[in-house]
Amino acid sequence: MIQFNNVSKTYPNGTIGLRNINLTIEEGELVVIVGSSGAGKSTLLRSINRLHDITDGEIQVDGKSITRANDRELRRMRRDIGMIFQSFNLIKRNTVLNNVLSGRVAYHSTLRTMFGMFPREDIELSLHALERVNIREKAYIRADQLSGGQQQRVSIARALAQEAKIILADEPVASLDPLTTRQVMDDLQRINQDMKITTIINLHFIDLAREYATRIIGLRAGEVVFDGPPEEATDEVFAEIYGRSIRHDEMLGGEV
Amino acid sequence: MKPVTPASGKKSPPDMQLTTQRYKRIATWLLIVIVLVLCSIQTKVTPYQLIVGLPQMGSLLQEMIPPDWSYVPTIWGPMLETIQIAIVGTTLGGIIAVPVALLCAYNIMPNKLVSIPMRIVLNLVRTVPDLLFASIFVAIFGIGPFAGMLALVFFSFGIIAKLTFEAIEAIDPGPLEAMTAVGASRMQVIIFGVVPQALPYFISYFLYTFEVNIRAASVLGLVGAGGIGLLLDRSLGLFRYDRASMIILLTLVIVLVIDYGSTRIRRKLL
Repeated sequence: MIQFNNVSKTYPNGTIGLRNINLTIEEGELVVIVGSSGAGKSTLLRSINRLHDITDGEIQVDGKSITRANDRELRRMRRDIGMIFQSFNLIKRNTVLNNVLSGRVAYHSTLRTMFGMFPREDIELSLHALERVNIREKAYIRADQLSGGQQQRVSIARALAQEAKIILADEPVASLDPLTTRQVMDDLQRINQDMKITTIINLHFIDLAREYATRIIGLRAGEVVFDGPPEEATDEVFAEIYGRSIRHDEMLGGEV
Repeated sequence: MKPVTPASGKKSPPDMQLTTQRYKRIATWLLIVIVLVLCSIQTKVTPYQLIVGLPQMGSLLQEMIPPDWSYVPTIWGPMLETIQIAIVGTTLGGIIAVPVALLCAYNIMPNKLVSIPMRIVLNLVRTVPDLLFASIFVAIFGIGPFAGMLALVFFSFGIIAKLTFEAIEAIDPGPLEAMTAVGASRMQVIIFGVVPQALPYFISYFLYTFEVNIRAASVLGLVGAGGIGLLLDRSLGLFRYDRASMIILLTLVIVLVIDYGSTRIRRKLL
C-alpha cells in the first residue's frame, strides 16, 4: 500500500511539481497515471522511491515513511520497489544475466557484490525472472544485441529478480513500436495479476491506459484532477485532464 | 577570423570594412614574424647555425652507421629495465588514478568542496614534466630506477586521472539512476553503474599512457633515473655513436612493437 499525505513538491527554481497530493494505492492495483508532459507524472512516480525528494507532506510505503527514512532504511525500502525506465537503463556492454543480477545488489554487502560473488540462488532467480518475460535464451548475450522491446523485458526481469513488491514504470513503452509496446504492456499486466505486484505506470497513450489499468489517475499541473476506474475515464474526462481535446498521437491505435 | 557582418554598431561601407580586415591580417602576420625574429636574435638561434652544422650532422650519421651490433647483449638488460619501469610506473599511477578520477567527476562527487580541490591537485601534478619529476626523485632517493619509476607513477597518474574523469562525466546517467532505484549503496552504484561504462575508456587511456611511458622511460636515465637512457648518455659522452645508434634502434623497435600492440587492443575496446 502506498499513501500520499498532502504531498507537494516545489523545485528550487520555483516551479511547482506536485500540489497537495492525497492518494492511497492498494496492493495489487495496476494504476496508470496520465497527463500532458510537464503535468508531474514522472515527479509523482519518482517521489515514491525518493529518486525525487518532496518538499511537503509524507509518503508511506507499506506503512513506513519513505520520506523520513534514513540512508539505510531508504535503501532497504528501495529494494522492494522495482523501477522500469523509458530508456531501459541497462548496462549495454554487460550480458543480459548480469543486468538482471544487478537487481540483487541491495541484498548483499558491497564487498561481496564488488567481486561479483552472487549466490547460486540469485542466478537461479534471475534466470527464472528472464523466463517469466520469455527471454531466458538471451541470458548470455550482451544487452546491446537485443531489440528495444527485449531490452525493456530485461529491465522488467531485473525488477522481478529484485523480488519487488511494487513496480514503478516511467513511460515504459515510449521508445517502442506499437507491436512491442503491447508485448511489454502484456508482460507488466501478467506480472501484476500473477504475482499481485502493485504496478504504477506513467503512460501518454490514452487507449493503452483504458485497456490495461484497473485505475486511472489524471494529473494536471501537479494536481490530481481525475481518479477512478477506466470505464469512467471517457474522452471528455481526458480532454479535461489534458486541458484540450485529445490528439491523434495520444492513441496507439490498432487493437490486437 | 571575425565574420564580416555589417551589424557592428557604426555603419561603415562594405569596402571600408574589407580594407580594415586586410590591415588586420597583415598586422597579425607581421607580429608573428617580429616575435620569431626577436626570439631568434635573443637566443642566438639562427638558420645560419643549421647551415654550418649540416656537415657535422652528416659525419655524425656516418659514425652511427653501422650500429655496433656487439653492444646488444650489454644493452639488453637496461632495455628490459626500461620496460619494467614503465610497467610498474603506469600500473601504480593507474591504480591511484581511479579513486581520484571518481572524486573529480561532478556526476559522482556532486560536492564541489571535494571535487574542485581534487581537480586543482590533478592540474598541478600535470604541469610538472616527467623529467623534472625524475630529477626531483633522484635528488631524494638517489640515482637508480626507483626514482624513475616514481616519476612515471606521478606522470601517468596525471594523464590517466584527467582523461578518465572526463570519460566518467560523459557516461549515461540512466544506469546509475536504475542502480539507485534498486537500493544500491553509493559504492554499489559505482561498481555496477559507473565501472562497466568507464572501464573500456580507462583501459584505453592506461595503454596509451604505457606507450608514452616507454618513450619517457628511455630518456629517464639522462637524469640518472635508471633505464636505457643512462647507457645512451654514456655512449654519447664517449663519442661512441655506433653504440648510441644501436640503443636508438632497439628503443625504436620496442616502442613500435608496443605501440602496435596497444593500438590494436584499444581499437577493439572502444
